[in-house]
Amino acid sequence: MSGERITMVQAINRALDEEMTRDPSVMLLGEDVGVDGGVFRVTQGLLAKYGNDRVIDTPLAESAIAGVAVGLAIGGMRPVCEIQFSGFMNYAFEQIQPHSSRFRQRTCGSLTVPMVVRAPSGGGIRALEHHSESEEVMYVHTPGLITLMPSGPRTAYGLMKAALRAKDTVIFFEPKYVYRAIKEEVPVNGDPLPIGKAEIAQAGTDVTIVTWGAMVKRSKEAVKGLPVSVEIVDLLSLNPMDHDAIVASVRKTGRLVVVHEAPRTGGLAGEIYARVCEDAFYHLRAPMMRVCGWDTPFPLLAREAAYLPDTNRIAAAVTKVMRD
Amino acid sequence: MSKESTEPQEGWVFEIPPRLRFLDEEGALVGGAEPPMSDAKAVELYGHMVRARIFDDRLLKLQRQGRIGTFAPSFGQEACQVGSMAALGPQDWFVPAFREAAAALYRGAPMKSILMYAMGFEEGSATPPGARDLPVSIPVGGQAAHAVGLAWAMKRKKDKGIAIVFFGDGASSEGIVYESMNFAGVLRTPVVFFCQNNQWAISTPRRIQTASETIAQKAVAAGIRGIQVDGNDLFAVYAATKEAAEIGRSSGMSTLIEGITFRRGVHTTADDPSVYRTKAEEDAWVKRDPVDRMRKYLTARGVWSDKEQDALESRINAEIQQAVAEAEAFRDSDPDPLAMFDHTVAEMDPYLARQKEEARAALSGRAVLQGATAQKKQGGSSSVVGELQEAE
Ligand SMILES: Cc1ncc(C[n+]2csc(CCOP(=O)(O)OP(=O)(O)O)c2C)c(N)n1
Ligand SMILES: [Mg+2]
Repeated sequence: MSGERITMVQAINRALDEEMTRDPSVMLLGEDVGVDGGVFRVTQGLLAKYGNDRVIDTPLAESAIAGVAVGLAIGGMRPVCEIQFSGFMNYAFEQIQPHSSRFRQRTCGSLTVPMVVRAPSGGGIRALEHHSESEEVMYVHTPGLITLMPSGPRTAYGLMKAALRAKDTVIFFEPKYVYRAIKEEVPVNGDPLPIGKAEIAQAGTDVTIVTWGAMVKRSKEAVKGLPVSVEIVDLLSLNPMDHDAIVASVRKTGRLVVVHEAPRTGGLAGEIYARVCEDAFYHLRAPMMRVCGWDTPFPLLAREAAYLPDTNRIAAAVTKVMRD
Repeated sequence: MSKESTEPQEGWVFEIPPRLRFLDEEGALVGGAEPPMSDAKAVELYGHMVRARIFDDRLLKLQRQGRIGTFAPSFGQEACQVGSMAALGPQDWFVPAFREAAAALYRGAPMKSILMYAMGFEEGSATPPGARDLPVSIPVGGQAAHAVGLAWAMKRKKDKGIAIVFFGDGASSEGIVYESMNFAGVLRTPVVFFCQNNQWAISTPRRIQTASETIAQKAVAAGIRGIQVDGNDLFAVYAATKEAAEIGRSSGMSTLIEGITFRRGVHTTADDPSVYRTKAEEDAWVKRDPVDRMRKYLTARGVWSDKEQDALESRINAEIQQAVAEAEAFRDSDPDPLAMFDHTVAEMDPYLARQKEEARAALSGRAVLQGATAQKKQGGSSSVVGELQEAE
């Protein structure tokens, strides 16, 4: 442990830095990642340290950023693409879905695409239009990808280390609402966190909240002071998903609330409900509830607080599943 | 730029003519050029540039006070925007990127709407009936295709309008921009592709955006006309756009106009240009400023005085003050925080309607509208880096 408490921005920077030292094939590419250090400063200082062969300010084209990364990865490099905001990742999706996610399967494992695509995601920072969406489900619904979303500095560090050692393409969503809102101790030259493992962010016995990203912090705040023992499962790895952790927690508590920022319909809450129905149905003591973004486009900043799950809505759901 | 050389012909290989310019940096006509408009018209367009600049400056102050959200200033690019729009008419579609407040204002967009959008209200993007204006497009490049579609629709309806689309030097790297020019070339849908090459895409300089010598030459591969203009010369922009529009109207030929200009201000209000560019570079462009250049020209022609400038500025300031008051009155008029449900699809299905009721109950009278109304945080604890204001 370094002892010093750092932000998620600093933690990701540290993980990238250490992995670049450890593995000379790691390259960072994206819009404004070099001189500017990224618009959120996640890659600050890395150009100076590793040079412009390894930290590259690219032309403004997400499809090519992701597409050349596919080639780099097959060619033996380990590219880390930064997509400036997840709302602009859709041009890159055309490379990720039909190409990077499928090479392993198409070539019977002979060609693989170990690359990382990082993107700040989610709302809550009064941003411009298209800068607040949560699109994780598009990637979770694409077999062949690993999709991760940390909830704070420590998990961001450990998961980024894991992403840089993974054997497949990793989509790494960074919840920008908590980029600087949480400080934690983060190791120096520490270990990766396991992919596919959730963490119990808070242990409890009455209700399970399954959530991820910025909603972990918000869920903790929401249940503070409630006369209910709430267990919060921080999913961290959205695909593969820690099925056993979800099922075990719901079997224990008998009640489930899923919280996510993305729109409700087709959102991951539905998938989690399905898994609970498959493997913990007879343990349920109340109908499950989900607190999500509404089924509307993400609104402009004046209305974003009416859109995003807030502590009131989360607390109300917990209270309701206890009553039911 | 003789008429014959721009007439579309089968098998024509386009060449990029020398950069078009009428006025030098001191506002003097170069090499016997004839002004492309009357003094009265020049005074009018100069007034539009000044109006846009003062408005922009006011937005910056409002943003710093926490009264509006992040926005992208058009500071330094007024000639590109006013000059081009002045060459078109209300029958033509205006398709902006996100830095075209000067063009939008010329077009007739109410200041109040621009302010409401910056405050975070969708109401600011509501298009007045009949206006052929799209709202801002923040996803870089995509709007270029919309312009082609709009031009195509007009062609189908035998409507003599054309479409103009704005995008940046950075956007010229997005595949969709080339794809759109290529469509326009094949379909003969008349579009003016106006690239404001302001030298920067956030921190990325033009030099590493493309290895191509000019952006204008990208037109060649798409089989449309390409031309470079001094984008800080109102006359050059006006003349080039007017010609492009005439050719487009008569033949369906599209034109890519690369306006050489400079983003004098921040990328957005969350950006810090000192990280990536020098003061010397910024200073070099002060001398080429489009608004100052026009003022020098008009003053030398004897059609503009300091007194008229003062009167113009106070008229504009009063107009802005009124617009800010109206936008803030809207903000304070208790707008529905759930209005986003009403315009998601034409017919709200019962489950979505139920969500709206749930949302209403969840709010239960709490004041949740934010952003525009939120006061700037005390003690300067909110850090502003990169493109956005950070949380907490
Ligand atoms: C598809 C997409 N990618 C990235 C962004 C983030 N972004 C906003 S503006 C910008 C730079 C645009 O540069 P340019 O096209 O030159 O326009 P300018 O800002 O100079 O007007 C970037 C990268 C975005 N809005 N959309
Ligand atoms: Mg630019």
